[in-house]
Amino acid sequence: MVKTKWRLFATILVAFAMVAAACGGGDDDGAATTQADAGGNAGTEAPAASEGDVLKVAFVHVGPVADKGWSWAHDQGAQFLKSALGDAVEITTLESIPEGSDAQRVFEDLAAAGNGLIFGTSFGYMDPMLAAAENFPDTVFMHATGFKVSDNMGNYFGAAEEARYLSGMAAGAATETNLIGYVAAFPIPEVLRGINAFTLGAQEVNPDVEVQVVWTSTWFDPPKEGTAAQSMLDAGADVIAMHQDSAAPGQAAEAAGATWVGYNTDMSEFAPTAWLTAATWDWGPLYVETANQVIDGTWEPGFIYGNMADGMVALAPFGDAVDQATRDLILEREAQIKDGSFSVLPDPIVDQDGTSRELGDIFTMDFFVQGVIGSPEG
Amino acid sequence: MNESQLILTIFAAIGLGTPLIFATVGEIITERAGILNLGVQGMMLVGAVAGFWATFKTGSLTLGVVVAVIAGAALSVIHAYASITLRVSQIVSGLALTLFGTGLASFLGRAGSEPLVGNPSRKVFEPLISGGIADWPLVGPLLLGHDILVYLAWVVAAGASYYLFRTRMGLSLRAVGEDPASAESAGVNVAWVRYAHVMAGGALAGLGGAYFSLALVPTWQDDPIGAAGWIAIALVILASWRPGRAVFAAYLFGAAERVQFTLQTIGEPWSNIPSTLLAMLPFLLAIIAMIVLTSGKRARFLGAPAALGIPYFREQR
Repeated sequence: MVKTKWRLFATILVAFAMVAAACGGGDDDGAATTQADAGGNAGTEAPAASEGDVLKVAFVHVGPVADKGWSWAHDQGAQFLKSALGDAVEITTLESIPEGSDAQRVFEDLAAAGNGLIFGTSFGYMDPMLAAAENFPDTVFMHATGFKVSDNMGNYFGAAEEARYLSGMAAGAATETNLIGYVAAFPIPEVLRGINAFTLGAQEVNPDVEVQVVWTSTWFDPPKEGTAAQSMLDAGADVIAMHQDSAAPGQAAEAAGATWVGYNTDMSEFAPTAWLTAATWDWGPLYVETANQVIDGTWEPGFIYGNMADGMVALAPFGDAVDQATRDLILEREAQIKDGSFSVLPDPIVDQDGTSRELGDIFTMDFFVQGVIGSPEG
Repeated sequence: MNESQLILTIFAAIGLGTPLIFATVGEIITERAGILNLGVQGMMLVGAVAGFWATFKTGSLTLGVVVAVIAGAALSVIHAYASITLRVSQIVSGLALTLFGTGLASFLGRAGSEPLVGNPSRKVFEPLISGGIADWPLVGPLLLGHDILVYLAWVVAAGASYYLFRTRMGLSLRAVGEDPASAESAGVNVAWVRYAHVMAGGALAGLGGAYFSLALVPTWQDDPIGAAGWIAIALVILASWRPGRAVFAAYLFGAAERVQFTLQTIGEPWSNIPSTLLAMLPFLLAIIAMIVLTSGKRARFLGAPAALGIPYFREQR
């Protein structure tokens, strides 16, 4: 029996080593990447003494930066920051960090490691980051997509609904069945704003269009997103739109011979024939501006809401499936959105039941506009 | 829901159930040898990334499937060594395999100068027959018009069933799972049989994983299979350790994965059900099935191998 116990002990050790190796592998290769290539100073390790000269900047993402979606777009911003400021910044990137209270420890570890500026790029980081900011008053924290701010924590997001309206125009022109399927993650204001603006855009070019919404209850789950898209294609939709982080809905559309409006980035390589366009993000300029402010000591906490005019939100390149007349129409609207002469969410606005109502605070939006099929409660 | 939507839903359920058939039949074979392998999720993920890699590099789907099978089997050797040779807790070892496999798949997807992650697959499994007889009403969408792996899954399940219940080796396998000491006294090499069938289970799990990365969601992302590996383990019980029943159990779960969205599209009253409740459907179904199947007298007919999960010590008789 003694022998058996030793074997058990040895195996548990092996098991732990395996787990450690698995986690370690991620650390080395992706989870903690120091991006030094862009500035041409590969592998710079700033010693503690020179922290006054180099601003250490950390990014914490909820998904893998290689998702070619949400986290990837933020990572592109981080790379832009590195190429813009070079040796003046040193960047650390943590990916696939779960939302929730454990994230606080991650933020505090980063602050303790000397990072002067920490970005958290998912809604669920808001409260953990607020708590970390309280414990590290000398570090600047920036939270994306939330609404809470403090003395050393700011918040930032952008009006994706502007580009979503334009992508809706492309979808409305593309549909022949007048049914568009919209794969949506969670029934929160950000997602509802996008669906409503998209629907209004589609209706502008095609008044008969309806938008069917299904909820997946996940930001990133490729098989689930693909299945949800397929269920709407089978129900007669011939255009798929999405508020998800993977390209799986687009692949389902491509296989079915339908068309697709993506999100976050130019995802056309996943479904070249189906691709119409997408609302995309450009976080780089904000990251450079924020880093410069922190370096100069001029940073102030606040709520930043970017848009198409300032370039934070953009429309991805059109696919071949978008005809020239539609492109012209969309570009005309884009110019009006940028110069402020057109608002994608009108006030008053007609809701799902056909009643006209005040638009109200778009950051707490909880209703669908007329023409959306589905429940805004999830 | 109209008739065509019903048929399309069943069609989709067959596709979603296919990877579950491979993984479940694999786990049935493994458990029939008396080894519980909770590493299915890990083996599926490694199979998914390995198969994707091979197809990405060579453009050959066949090679992708072969490499996925080899990768799944190779990973399962770790569990075989720990549970058969070292005779440790199979639960600990299996869970470790899932954690290890998940990390390994993620690591492999990022390794090298041109990482796989974020890339669409170069080749995708297409329907074997399109147009013609595949457009026949009812029969077309239900039986024809699938990709080749859907049919391979039927062959695997039928073959496993025949092997288990109609061959001499199948008899030895079941004997090892029921009473390894008696099997050994009858001249069966218990360790060898167990190694072989843990690896067979790993191979099928790898194949199931590749179905995700080469057919269902033809791309490589960090976590492309959802919770399929865990559902497969539950399906073993639902299928009461019989490969034939695994086909129906897997399709039932494929349907549950799909119906949560179909219900949202067919209007009231179905669309009033909260989507978060619908998202639980597959797991709820798993729990209910297990309670129903394992309660009272039915448990005796379930057919769990008597020696399942118990390390075999030859010297301790």
